Amino acid sequence: MKQVFKRPQALSDTVMHYCPGCTHGIVHRLVAEAIDELGILDRTIGVASVGCSVLAYEYFECDFQEAAHGRAPAVATGIKRVLPDRVVFTYQGDGDLASIGTAEIIHAATRGEKITVIFINNAIYGMTGGQMAPTTLLGQKTTTTPRGRLAEYHGQPIRICEMIKELDGAAYVTRVASNSPRNIAVAKRAIRKAFQVQLLGLGLSLVEVLSTCPTNWGLTPVESMKWLEEKMMPHYPLGEFKSPGEVK
Amino acid sequence: MLGELLLMKGNEAVAEAAIRAGCRHFFGYPITPQNELPEYMARRLPEVGGVFVQAESEVAAINMVYGAAGAGARVMTSSSSPGISLKQEGISYLAASELPCLIVNMMRGGPGLGGIQPAQSDYFQATKGGGHGDYHLIVFGPESVQEMVDLTPLAFDLADRYRNPAMILGDGILGQMMEPVELSEMLDVQLPPKEWATTGRSGGRRHVVSSLYLDSSELEKLNKRLQDKYLEIMRTEQRWESLDVEGAEVVLVAYGTTARVVKSAMNLAREEGIRVGLIRPITLWPFPTKAFESLEDVGRFLVVEMSSGQMVEDVRLVVNGRWPVSFYGRTGGVVPDPKDILARIRELARGGGTR
Ligand SMILES: Cc1ncc(C[n+]2csc(CCOP(=O)(O)OP(=O)(O)O)c2C)c(N)n1
Ligand code: SF4
Repeated sequence: MKQVFKRPQALSDTVMHYCPGCTHGIVHRLVAEAIDELGILDRTIGVASVGCSVLAYEYFECDFQEAAHGRAPAVATGIKRVLPDRVVFTYQGDGDLASIGTAEIIHAATRGEKITVIFINNAIYGMTGGQMAPTTLLGQKTTTTPRGRLAEYHGQPIRICEMIKELDGAAYVTRVASNSPRNIAVAKRAIRKAFQVQLLGLGLSLVEVLSTCPTNWGLTPVESMKWLEEKMMPHYPLGEFKSPGEVK
Repeated sequence: MLGELLLMKGNEAVAEAAIRAGCRHFFGYPITPQNELPEYMARRLPEVGGVFVQAESEVAAINMVYGAAGAGARVMTSSSSPGISLKQEGISYLAASELPCLIVNMMRGGPGLGGIQPAQSDYFQATKGGGHGDYHLIVFGPESVQEMVDLTPLAFDLADRYRNPAMILGDGILGQMMEPVELSEMLDVQLPPKEWATTGRSGGRRHVVSSLYLDSSELEKLNKRLQDKYLEIMRTEQRWESLDVEGAEVVLVAYGTTARVVKSAMNLAREEGIRVGLIRPITLWPFPTKAFESLEDVGRFLVVEMSSGQMVEDVRLVVNGRWPVSFYGRTGGVVPDPKDILARIRELARGGGTR
């Protein structure tokens, strides 16, 4: 019998702690598959961030560093500047990258650091229990926007890809989603491409993945997929914002 | 060691000493009075195959140091007081992840934005941890450009040996002062092997650099391991200079720039026939308690600092009531005048004054 579904080599056999219906696990798998396909497991160093994915280093078979909240792009810069022939990626949530770590991501992109950033946008702070994220949608209820996010009171949700694409050092910027088999296939190709961009030394590559947090959204896994599509996608349109000609 | 004699600013001399000690990676952010250090690195590192990155902030710089140290590099950063405050979270992570690196703090007067003149008011921050959690840096308090240069390779070596961040605690004067220095030749430094570094599954195994321990007993284990290490460092790495301590009516205790001023004051006191001695801590952490332990025939202590009284607490702890300990300090970037110190010495030699 042909084995059609097996664990990627780059993924460890540790049971993931993510909630049912959380798409962190899916994205981990896509990253691991890309590492496998490119044959870079022995020269890849991941940087985990502070958020629900803080334990990502338990789930991957490559070397890993765990960074302080928001600082993963700085840590990745340090690694890559010491080991320029290795592949370095960060895995960051939206609180981590789009709030406390905005300076680090903007300047890593500005410097054109040859790193890959996997950016999980789930419109909320997962780990700390469902507070407003900079990406929280207008009207969305969180524990710190109990009456829903109001533009004039809490500010507008931030669009990271649209901002990063303007920076000359960013080579590849794309937004994908983790909600349907079709979108997951697109996400898979995007993540692989992001690593290829790094391997070619073209600059910073960033893949934003629209993701779910059923636990803190207060929805079932199925409702979450629907919410992602109906609420998040209109504000966060999918697609490539910037792509170098060198990589298909 | 064969070397060359050069006239250099303290900031530049440390940078060159670091490069000669094998440092090839520097991450920093501008702040007075240490700018010549990163500027020198920016010029010099590319010449020797190294990398200088001007980070977007001190926060980013220390986290770049974290990444680079975790990848096995001999790496450093430098800053001055407010910038060092910003680095504290990162330094705590470095200590917890047991990553070696060198941090230079050319102290300036605080608190707040303070001023740009020299001070020693970051002693508590440097020697008691500084950030969150129970940890220590290995901290050196050089008194001259030459000593700063000599301590730089030692700081890197001890950082590697103990897998612990090290700090050179200088000040604006030491950073800006031009002095002749003898630098060792550029050595082909063989760094100790760092099997734990994340270089890409070296040895066919996965390596992780992390300071996260969700299980409290595991976190306690880390703390115990760190404390054992600190005890070992306290036992073996205390360094200090003692001058004429036994039989002194007044033993001065001072480090860094202040120690030099104190030495001038001591000469004035000797001319007046007052018996004075000096204990000059070279390692500020571990604090050189051994310098005080076997003392017998001493009158009293006078601690002089460019602060409102920080190291004096460590002196009082070790002296433990056996002798009176007095303090004289200037703050805000004011350097104590030898004549003012002499006045205190006179007072104490006559048996007067406490604080
Ligand atoms: C300096 C600092 N501030 C705050 C925290 C607390 N904290 C932990 S995770 C987190 C937010 C994580 O949210 P996000 O990045 O969106 O990731 P998610 O949990 O949703 O995957 C915060 C604020 C911290 N660990 N460190
Ligand atoms: S809290 Fe949300 S983001 Fe975190 S694991 Fe659960 S579902 Fe995923």
